[in-house]
Amino acid sequence: MELLVASAIGIMTAAGLYLLLRLRTFPVILGISLLTYAVNVFLFASGRLTVGAPPVLRDDITAYADPLPQALVLTAIVISFGMTAVVVMIGLGAFLGSNDDHVDDQPEGTP
Amino acid sequence: MTHWLIAPVVLPALLAPFIVLAARYHIGIQRAFSVAGVVALIVISAGLAWNASDGTVEIYQLGDWAAPFGIILVGDSLSTLMVLLTSVLALCVLLYAIGSEWDDRGRHFHALFQFQLMGIMGAFLTGDLFNLFVFFEVLLIASYGLMIHAGGTARLRAGVQYVLFNLIGSTLFLFALGAIYAETGTLNMADLAARVELIDPADTVGIRVAAVLLLLVFAIKAAVVPLHFWLPSSYAEAPAPVAALFAIMTKVGAYAIIRVYTLVFPPDVEVTSGLHDVWLLPAALLSLAIGMIGVLAAKRLDRLVVFAVIGSMAMVMVSIALFTPAGIAAALYYIVHSTLAAAALFLIVDLVRTGRGNVDLTAQSPMTGAALTAALFFVGAIAMAGLPPLSGFIGKLLVLHAAFETDMMVWVWVIVLSSSLISILGFARAGSILFWKAHSITHSEDDLVMPRPATMSYVAVGGLIALLTLHTVFAGQVHGYTTRIATTLFAPTAYSDAVLKTPGKLSKPKKEEEH
Repeated sequence: MELLVASAIGIMTAAGLYLLLRLRTFPVILGISLLTYAVNVFLFASGRLTVGAPPVLRDDITAYADPLPQALVLTAIVISFGMTAVVVMIGLGAFLGSNDDHVDDQPEGTP
Repeated sequence: MTHWLIAPVVLPALLAPFIVLAARYHIGIQRAFSVAGVVALIVISAGLAWNASDGTVEIYQLGDWAAPFGIILVGDSLSTLMVLLTSVLALCVLLYAIGSEWDDRGRHFHALFQFQLMGIMGAFLTGDLFNLFVFFEVLLIASYGLMIHAGGTARLRAGVQYVLFNLIGSTLFLFALGAIYAETGTLNMADLAARVELIDPADTVGIRVAAVLLLLVFAIKAAVVPLHFWLPSSYAEAPAPVAALFAIMTKVGAYAIIRVYTLVFPPDVEVTSGLHDVWLLPAALLSLAIGMIGVLAAKRLDRLVVFAVIGSMAMVMVSIALFTPAGIAAALYYIVHSTLAAAALFLIVDLVRTGRGNVDLTAQSPMTGAALTAALFFVGAIAMAGLPPLSGFIGKLLVLHAAFETDMMVWVWVIVLSSSLISILGFARAGSILFWKAHSITHSEDDLVMPRPATMSYVAVGGLIALLTLHTVFAGQVHGYTTRIATTLFAPTAYSDAVLKTPGKLSKPKKEEEH
């Protein structure tokens, strides 16, 4: 399981970084989404991976899942979700205004 | 435990939805509430600063849960100083926004402004790393809205870059937090400090990665080269009052570095050895050089001010990177100066834009209101370039003095002094093109006559200049105070004890054998 989760994080991060280095808005936003998925899984795994263990204290149980990373991940998911929506709207506005969706500054003089 | 410590966060948080819901279409009511809120913030934060000035560490436990289980806010002398600086800056910026009617060019300026204040205040006051992330996001979300306030294609394009860069920064921040939590099992700063010390020196790979990632995140916020690329176009394209408020946002990064790297990863801990002197100091010196060269190379006044901001932020980082009490004290003095001077210059750029229609550094016929604008620009440029008699000079002197006994003394002195000369040249060139050469251009008939900037705009800029003057006149007292802050930062037992040893109402263990 550790190998699966770790390689999933690694592959998503690599793909996200690759897309992040593209020139146009849409792939960059996709890249950011992939990166946030990767970081969500990473945060989730930071409390150690356990299967079938309860997160709440009870009698007669010795193995617990750490509930804190789960709360952190929830916060991170909500924030990244909202942020992606914001950046899509701003990117759309910029594209409709200038008919060009490059992320970088264009050299002066080009339309 | 009083509730005053959370007031700087709660007050704007309540005011902003009220402005959106109740006063959406009434700019007058929005203005009245916004100004009243900021004045109340100044009073509250002055009270907090006064309370913390004798070294008391005030803490606020949310939901009465004791640290490290609950989230806490901490008001020590450093946090309250920054909170006070923010609220005073906010008043000047708000007066300018109202005077120049920038706030009327979109509907939600005042609501976003209050949310921005909430995020900044929270980031300064929190004692928990994840909570710091959340408040960073609050201030960033509000800043996205403010950044594209009043619209326009150039502004939206700059906004996309700004948002994307900061999203990457936030993702890095989460990676750092995950790594820290995996290594230590806590995110409370005081608790972290205790646990980082206990980590076996042979087994520090994870925490080292986390410390470097965290420094990268804060360096993005503080616009240290090579992580400064988001700053020039976004600050130059942002509306002037917003850019002036953003002057405090780069300082949030500097504050976070001071807080985390004196408390959690102090320089004498094995984990982070080499991080400050080998990496941070050269990067800061490089950004100082690049910032000041940018001042000389700028073709537009707004870009010039942006690069001056990068340069002055780099001065702060040079001083921080020394990681001595004298260095931190000088950095804190310079942070106050740099915030006020940068904000004043951003507003002066807008005065120029109002008076002549553009900010290109080319000789054009005289702008309206040239005499007063020129006088303000002269004072602002002196402050920013670090010429006597204003506080920029004193700040640079303190930084040089703090660097005098370190190994890097030669580098720091050479780069600081030569970059100061370059920035003086840059500002002198800009000032003479804008204000002197204008007299040799005859006024042609078809020129549009621009309106004179509003009186309240001048009052707001004058207020910032007056604060700079006060900062210069009372330099001795202010530096004494920042020295005391720096001393407490390097002996953080008062902070840790206040955070960790205050019992909470709800977290008393029923049975002693819990651990």
